[in-house]
Amino acid sequence: MKRFIGFVRKEFFHIMRDRRTAAILFGMPILQLLLFGFAIRNEISEVRTGILDLSHDVVTKELTDKIFSSGTFVATGALNSGKEIGKAFASGKINEVVVFEPGFAGKLQRDGSAQMQVITDGSDPNVSRIVTGYTGSVVREYLLEKAASSGQPTGVEAVPLMMFNPALKSVYLFVPGLMAMILMLVSALMTSISITREKETGTMELLLVSSLKPVQIIVGKVVPYLLLSFVNVLTVVSLAFFVFGVPCRGSLTLLLAESLLFIMTALSLGIFISSVTNSQQVAMMISLAGLLMPTVLLSGFIFPVASMPLPLQAISNIIPARWYLVIVRGIMLKGAGIAVLWKETLVLIFMSLLFMTASVRKFSERLQ
Amino acid sequence: MKNDRKDYLLPLRVIGHILRKEFLQIFRNRGMLPLIIVMPFIQLVILSNAATFDVAEVPFHLQDFDRSALSEQLVKRFTSTGYFRMTGESFRQQSGIDALVGRKADMVLVIPRDFEKEMSGNGYGRVQLLINAEDGFTAGVVRAYANDIVAGFNRDLPLLLPHMTGLSAVMPVIDIRSSGWYNPELRYSEYMVPGILVVLVTIIGLFLSAMNVVREKEIGTIDQINVTPIKRWQFITGKLLPFLAISLGELTIGLLIARLAFHVPMLGSYGLLYIVATIYMLVVLGMGLLISTMTDTQQQAMFVAWFFTVIFILMSGLFTPIESMPHWAQNLTQMNPIRHFVDIIRRIMLKGSEIQDILAPLAILAAQALLMLTLAVVRYRKVSA
Repeated sequence: MKRFIGFVRKEFFHIMRDRRTAAILFGMPILQLLLFGFAIRNEISEVRTGILDLSHDVVTKELTDKIFSSGTFVATGALNSGKEIGKAFASGKINEVVVFEPGFAGKLQRDGSAQMQVITDGSDPNVSRIVTGYTGSVVREYLLEKAASSGQPTGVEAVPLMMFNPALKSVYLFVPGLMAMILMLVSALMTSISITREKETGTMELLLVSSLKPVQIIVGKVVPYLLLSFVNVLTVVSLAFFVFGVPCRGSLTLLLAESLLFIMTALSLGIFISSVTNSQQVAMMISLAGLLMPTVLLSGFIFPVASMPLPLQAISNIIPARWYLVIVRGIMLKGAGIAVLWKETLVLIFMSLLFMTASVRKFSERLQ
Repeated sequence: MKNDRKDYLLPLRVIGHILRKEFLQIFRNRGMLPLIIVMPFIQLVILSNAATFDVAEVPFHLQDFDRSALSEQLVKRFTSTGYFRMTGESFRQQSGIDALVGRKADMVLVIPRDFEKEMSGNGYGRVQLLINAEDGFTAGVVRAYANDIVAGFNRDLPLLLPHMTGLSAVMPVIDIRSSGWYNPELRYSEYMVPGILVVLVTIIGLFLSAMNVVREKEIGTIDQINVTPIKRWQFITGKLLPFLAISLGELTIGLLIARLAFHVPMLGSYGLLYIVATIYMLVVLGMGLLISTMTDTQQQAMFVAWFFTVIFILMSGLFTPIESMPHWAQNLTQMNPIRHFVDIIRRIMLKGSEIQDILAPLAILAAQALLMLTLAVVRYRKVSA
């Protein structure tokens, strides 16, 4: 046991002595969280809009004012003819052009219907769709107000209540994903590289002929990264809370326990990778291509799983981060307990066991 | 003396030897080769499809406290449009919230008691939507869908409540026609595929180059090179070219896949695209080699490279629009090479931009390439770690 503790200490020194890696290891989560909190958003706050008003009447004037007073739209100046639209988009200085047809107010009065056109830069379909939606809701609001003030019946009004995240802050969405990504990086990637490094430089043989058991060597390699990962979880959760006000509505103990479980899953994945290959480069490529990219893109971190085509939704099931994300969002934002999250927890436990057994098998095969 | 005059091609021949060595090393590594070639394309195909914000068939939970003919009509509107799918129904307030927490639904539609009565009485009624806003973007889309449906319902109210006078004049309609230029069907893959291509060549180029020199340090072969008369710039050039070739090869296959599998249009010129790609790869590879000369272990090099890749990708406007960033962050992204290449490749492929349209970002990339390569050559010292 004493020897084992000595080995763990040696591993710790190894990591901490490398200043650059240690700095990144602790600095990266903080920097990324700050970036996500302050800079990266998926909502659109400033729609640069040009108006092509072919009617110039009271209604179009009111509608234009209404659009620009909502705070989301910024005027980039009026356009005078349809020809200018193309130029405006090509310059990249504009997101949207709103066109009112000639005789707008008259048609609205007479026929009860008038046409306007919303042109967006479709090369980014996302922005395009949101911008169109925003514009539509401003117009709808305008009509409602008009009807209400003239005492007309306005029909059904749907009152939305944004649950769990009333201010619609995207940092609420990103924090759990960020945790998953950092844990994958530290636990799986670093572990797999550190073990393959011993193999590559030949020091693994030295360790194997020492009086330490193979299991102890692996555990000893893994323990420092486990602690590091856990420190990172604490950093991210507290920063998210104190700087960005991301709440933890459920039990903090449960959150930490589940994080520990996810760390175990990631570690066993890392061990498994290192049992398959002898080269650091291969280990790194597998970790990067097979773990990190899918963790970012297939887990629901940025893009919702429900939006993916069905085959990809199926694939996302084998990605541990997908389950961890559900758990973290459930606990932090919705205050969910284990009664709701037991299924996801079981999946993670099962995955950890699977990878551990697989790597123990691989390792013992090699030792014989 | 004679030899000196004959051998003015010597520097190039030296580079040729390094090139041969590098290519041999790359192709000899059986573990790496399939990864370099296969992985990116599986990723391109999978990830381009994954990166979408489309919201389809929102699962919703119904709490109809009114249970009238009119409320039934409204519910039918929700279930029949294809935007929503009903996953449950209950009459207790808490069960609606439970459905949201348990991820059984993303929206709860609450129709209050007396909904029909109020509607027939004064032509005005309210329903409540509890929307799961964990993901603010999706929540916004769900709200927009619901509003559309309710607006359609209101339009048909005169038919649904014929005995109600005055309803015939319900609200004038402003008919909004929307169109997205450059990508009228608003297909997301057209936007994503070029961007993901950039990420793939970046990752391959940056990591291969970042791990390269440092690997020679780790296994000790750098000392053997150090005692040869190879010059610093020759060494760096010899290291650079193979990776440039691999990256451009990768880009070519990627473009083929984009064309054949995703039908991404190519409105601009391939020549221009490759010129930009070459300049961009010089930035990336220069950065990789710089990292490699400055670090001591592969692990360290990989970690530093990963650090910058993540920051650059996140700040590139690839996944989230640059316009939604605050202004200081938008200015910061000017220093980000990935941002410029993503921007350029999208403009060339989707909008058919010519060289004069992309001069500014191209100039920034060229300046960065020059800076990175100079730094890499200067920082590389013929001393072992």
